[in-house]
Amino acid sequence: MTELSSTTDSNADRKELLKFNGVGKWYGNFCALWDINLTVHKGERVVVCGPSGSGKSTMIRCVNLLESYEAGEILIDGSPIKNDPKSMQVIRRRVGMVFQNFNLFPHVTVLQNLMLGPIRNLKVSKKEAEETAMHYLEKVRIAEQAKKYPSQLSGGQQQRVAIARSLCMHPEAMLFDEPTSALDPEMISGVLDIMVELAEGGMTMMVVTHEMGFAKQVADTMVFMDHGEIVEVAPPAEFFTKPKSDRTELFLSQILQH
Amino acid sequence: MNTNSSNSAGDNKIRPKGPNLLFTRKSPLIDIAQLLILGGVTAWVIYKGAQAMQYNWQWYRVDQFFYRIVDGELIWGALMKGLMVTFQITAVSMVLSVLIGLITALLRMSNSFSGKLIANVYLEAIRNTPLLVQLFLFYFIVAPIVGIDRFWTGVLCLSFFEGSFAAEIIRAGIQSVHRGQNEAAKALGFSRFNSYRDVILPQAVPIILPPMTGLVINLIKHSAIVSVIAVADLTTEGLNIISDTFMAFEIWFTVAGIYLVVTVSLSLFVSWLESRAMRGR
Ligand SMILES: Nc1ncnc2c1ncn2[C@@H]1O[C@H](COP(=O)(O)OP(=O)(O)OP(=O)(O)O)[C@@H](O)[C@H]1O
Ligand SMILES: [Mg+2]
Repeated sequence: MTELSSTTDSNADRKELLKFNGVGKWYGNFCALWDINLTVHKGERVVVCGPSGSGKSTMIRCVNLLESYEAGEILIDGSPIKNDPKSMQVIRRRVGMVFQNFNLFPHVTVLQNLMLGPIRNLKVSKKEAEETAMHYLEKVRIAEQAKKYPSQLSGGQQQRVAIARSLCMHPEAMLFDEPTSALDPEMISGVLDIMVELAEGGMTMMVVTHEMGFAKQVADTMVFMDHGEIVEVAPPAEFFTKPKSDRTELFLSQILQH
Repeated sequence: MNTNSSNSAGDNKIRPKGPNLLFTRKSPLIDIAQLLILGGVTAWVIYKGAQAMQYNWQWYRVDQFFYRIVDGELIWGALMKGLMVTFQITAVSMVLSVLIGLITALLRMSNSFSGKLIANVYLEAIRNTPLLVQLFLFYFIVAPIVGIDRFWTGVLCLSFFEGSFAAEIIRAGIQSVHRGQNEAAKALGFSRFNSYRDVILPQAVPIILPPMTGLVINLIKHSAIVSVIAVADLTTEGLNIISDTFMAFEIWFTVAGIYLVVTVSLSLFVSWLESRAMRGR
């Protein structure tokens, strides 16, 4: 277990925010996750990579219980995350998520997309929700589109709205599941820029991505997964130059060719 | 064989499709002519048949069953009163059907074992027994126990019958909303109830509405069955008039015509609404 916990020196004095303790998940007889042990400290940026089907999405979706798991536990701030409806709602308010396909609500405007969650789930006033929404829309440089419907925006703009929507809940940590893989190449950098700013602002992040440039730029910790297991956890400098595992090396050689 | 079989499968994609000869029309006149011939032949067959039976047509006596004017005052005839009852039954049953359908759909999609069981037993029971038998069950068993009159017996029976179709329509509508929508709502901390209210149902309703209007039309037609338990709807009034006047042909044609006018105008109205909604986008 110790060899898998993150190795960045600066983490020593940081608080542990999320901690996976031997998490395992099965789809019927198929084991999608096996003995996942990982610690994410407050303010840490963890980038998760690995081949398709290796369980990256499944792992981060276990944090906010979009997937259930059968073995182990995940701790937030030292206390285990429970799976009764009330605790599930609470954890989802504390940990935001950005999806590959944005999943904006198509039947309401961009602004309402951002206001709905805080009004319903943080019980803030309409006025306050709107102020927060406009604040974050400005942060993702899209404030002038507030009155439009999601379908009127480009993919990149939609994903930025989705990030802003998540931020409006004032999450303590953010999960990203391949936030740029559904985007046209020219849209990717706009979204990555926002994520870099978010990282610089000290947000705790777990990011599943194939964007190795982004990973090198912001990651404190790289995680490589294969066949439902965490194969390697290392700081990026080490991870990209001298990976410990052959599987990591093979994966990196394949992905960095492109 | 033909030339296609010698080509590789990939080549077929590039081939332009030929015109579909069966549904190609040069002129709508052909359609109109066909309709006229069909109508003429039908009328002629009915006329000849009635003549062979030496049927005595008395169309001039029919209008009094729509309305009469006595001393300058308008008095609705039996057929119009019956139609009003048909409308009442349809309207109340529609509301109840949607409620029953919504509850059943939610139960079926819930995680609760007993909820699913109740919903499935209800759906199977309704779908696999004749409506007429269901009506008798309600009339002879449910009604005396619960203590409801004939009108409400008919309404309840129709609501449970049509509710089973509403359940399927609503379930299909809800399931057509992308799974990611529910996940996004969950990830923002929405409760199940709020995610239905704010995210899923608002997207499902536009999908549910068109087939629901088909359900209303079915309800209007199926409501004729309450004549069996002597609720004074359009069909019952028709039956009563015939037993008084022996004008079976005229009255049945009239009753069918009224149902037809109501249902066709309803569907025209709905398609007008839909086309207007489409243009609004
Ligand atoms: N609902 C499901 N039922 C059965 N198997 C599933 C289900 N969801 C995922 N899996 C399997 O679990 C494994 C892990 O899936 P996951 O989506 O986490 O992979 P991933 O690493 O995110 O891959 P990708 O890069 O393609 O997104 C895959 O082999 C997948 O086939
Ligand atoms: Mg994935």
